[in-house]
Amino acid sequence: MATVELRFSALPEHVRTARLVAAAVARRAGVDESVLDEVRLAVGEACSRAVGLHRRSGIDDAVRVTLVEQEKRFLIEVGDGVPGTAGTENGSSRAIDGASGEDAAEAAMGLAVISGLVDDLDIGSDENGGVVRMSWPVAVHPVLP
Amino acid sequence: MDLSLSTRTVGDRTVVEVGGEIDVYTAPKLREQLVELVNEGHYHLIVDMEGVDFLDSTGLGVLVGGLKRVRAHEGSLRLVCNQERILKIFRITGLTKVFPIHSSVDEAVAATD
Repeated sequence: MATVELRFSALPEHVRTARLVAAAVARRAGVDESVLDEVRLAVGEACSRAVGLHRRSGIDDAVRVTLVEQEKRFLIEVGDGVPGTAGTENGSSRAIDGASGEDAAEAAMGLAVISGLVDDLDIGSDENGGVVRMSWPVAVHPVLP
Repeated sequence: MDLSLSTRTVGDRTVVEVGGEIDVYTAPKLREQLVELVNEGHYHLIVDMEGVDFLDSTGLGVLVGGLKRVRAHEGSLRLVCNQERILKIFRITGLTKVFPIHSSVDEAVAATD
């Protein structure tokens, strides 16, 4: 079961909320302070990408963010509702092809940033659409309130 | 936190001081500012990012767009940034090779191509 789940309308103004929630939950789970900036940025990129996909595809569904505290890892999943847009190179490029010039550059750069930041990264899909899965190690003794 | 933007002229350069968070929500404001400056004939821009707390790929895209616009007029776009967490994003995307990045506005003003 997820530690925290977040669903938000695919609007740019909500991406910051998702970043802040993810960073707060990651900190509490024991993710090292030195990588919290990376967590914040990676979640923001994944959410921005999902918002862009929803808007370009005309999908009203919410973007889903799942934060899972595991024994040794902190797992974040960002799910969009656009079938076939993630998981394969073809899917990624198709999503980008649908964008205008600057949107396409930003979408490609978003993936570049996520890939550069996250060691444990999987861009796949589930029954709803594309899912970006990322995880970070947690300290042995998590920070308690 | 929202985005703050202010501009000033130093010699033949226009300095855009940016503060706050540049992300998918706020980046369009920065884009509008850069486009407006270029349309007004300001082709040598310095974007001072010392007050920026957060920058994502949308912001990078806007800066690249700005660079394309000034280059079309044989202009320049220089960045001022000393923050490691912001510089890291330029490094992992290879954009340190694209943008001249300076440690102060004075240094950026003094720089020539």
